Amino acid sequence: MAEIIRFDNVRVDFSRGDEQFTAVDGVSLSINKGEFFGIVGASGAGKSTLVRTINLLQRPTSGHVIVDGTDVTDLKGRKLSALRLKIGMIFQHFNLIKNATVFDNVAFALEASGTPRRKIAPRVVDLLRLVGLEDKIRLYPGNLSGGQKQRVAIARALANDPEILLCDEATSALDPDNTAEVIDSLKRIKESYPITVVFITHQEQVARSLFDRIAVMEKGKVVEVGDAYQIFAHPQAQSTKDLVSRSTEYELPPEVLDREKDLYLLTFKEDHAYDAVIAEVARRFDSDLSIIAGKIDYIRHKPLGVLLVSLRTVSETKREEIISFIKERAYVTPYKRPANA
Amino acid sequence: MLEQTLTILHNELWKAFRETAIMMGISFGLSLVLGVALGFALYLTGSGAFYKSRTLNAISSGIVNLIRSIPFIILVVFTLPFTFWLVGTKIGPVAASVPMTIAATVFLARLVEGALKGVDGGIIEAALATGAGSFLIVRRVLLREAAPAIARAVTVVFINLIGCSAMAGMVGGGGIGNLAVQYGYYRYETGIMIFTIVVLVIIVQLSQYLGDYVASKFTH
Repeated sequence: MAEIIRFDNVRVDFSRGDEQFTAVDGVSLSINKGEFFGIVGASGAGKSTLVRTINLLQRPTSGHVIVDGTDVTDLKGRKLSALRLKIGMIFQHFNLIKNATVFDNVAFALEASGTPRRKIAPRVVDLLRLVGLEDKIRLYPGNLSGGQKQRVAIARALANDPEILLCDEATSALDPDNTAEVIDSLKRIKESYPITVVFITHQEQVARSLFDRIAVMEKGKVVEVGDAYQIFAHPQAQSTKDLVSRSTEYELPPEVLDREKDLYLLTFKEDHAYDAVIAEVARRFDSDLSIIAGKIDYIRHKPLGVLLVSLRTVSETKREEIISFIKERAYVTPYKRPANA
Repeated sequence: MLEQTLTILHNELWKAFRETAIMMGISFGLSLVLGVALGFALYLTGSGAFYKSRTLNAISSGIVNLIRSIPFIILVVFTLPFTFWLVGTKIGPVAASVPMTIAATVFLARLVEGALKGVDGGIIEAALATGAGSFLIVRRVLLREAAPAIARAVTVVFINLIGCSAMAGMVGGGGIGNLAVQYGYYRYETGIMIFTIVVLVIIVQLSQYLGDYVASKFTH
């Protein structure tokens, strides 16, 4: 796939007085045209700062950002405006002009690109129809719900037919209903436009339903990049595991956990998601493998089965055998009790 | 006593009103334009997102501080040569308008700068991200978002100017304040004193009400 954004050893330092702080620490990363790319990580990991170097809301201290083949790192004035017209952006707190109507908020982006006046009104109506808010055109942001505000922001971001849409924690300030509403809008837009979306989030649920590929950030560095399914099925870096574990963490009563010693988390590889692995183990090894908890999730429509099992009363050698048998069909990780259980 | 008060008012009130109106009209009108402009200049030269210039910002900010540190009554005297050069006279309401305009301009500039600094940085960032130029952001974003705070700032400056007009009146500007001093204070005409106070209270109340109304109209 063609590459549309490339970070080349990008570093961003902030200095406050004498203190220096590195927000982004030598990130090299490539984002492909048309993909829904997620950047995840704990807050303070440098996700926002990294994404802001794409449209130069944040200038890198060193390194280069290449957008569509052009090194944008040093752009200024008119050329910088031209770059920003190609890149829409939405924010956690929507950032709409509060004292301007929905119409004026969207029209602003069209004025920014020098759209002829007579073309602005019909275009605004089209954009609001796209996000399902054409009936709110005369209202002010204060009269809208969070989800509606974000959809107005999406309309504004798409006004100039950008090739890239940056979403900075776009659903983090929303309740589940409003989050679903915004995600639906984005999915629909993604289906009908060949746009590249770069989406920052710390919400695992959002990552799971949207992303094609994911980069995981920790302390300013990208610690893992990969296909979303791969990341969820078999996380490598600790912060990835932390993110994923939130979805596999079960609310188990401590009494249950206290009785079990050998707990394993099995994540079934795509092709084996529905296989009767447990029954097979019971037959073959004549052993007591009991299921403590289990579920099947969907990562971008692909099933991901997760089981929490306990291996009781087996010898050391037998356990090795059983685990290596399961490992052919699933990822096996010893289950650690969550700290609060 | 009432009769005497009425006689004085009959002879002096219209003139005093006219003089106050001239002082207020000139100084308020000019300082509104100049103060808002200077306030934007202070903000825009101080903000990295726009026309950051340490030198320009330091100079304009320094001048504003310098003028603001001079008590108004001293500013009136201090600017007399300049006033004479500018309008050809040192007395009368037009002359009094000169120091009033200067004082109100720098006062309003600081308040407008504060109002602009109060605009949510995220909204400005979102505007920058659309690719909009600085001028468009000033017109469509900053002016709109800061409008309620600017309206309140203008109200404060207007009411402050009423006070200034009384002081300027004492040193030859005339006006309602002067009426109070000349008759109410020097000639012990308590009736005049009370009348002018009532008039000033009403003007201030009305101004505040109008200012709040305008601010609320700009808020959504």
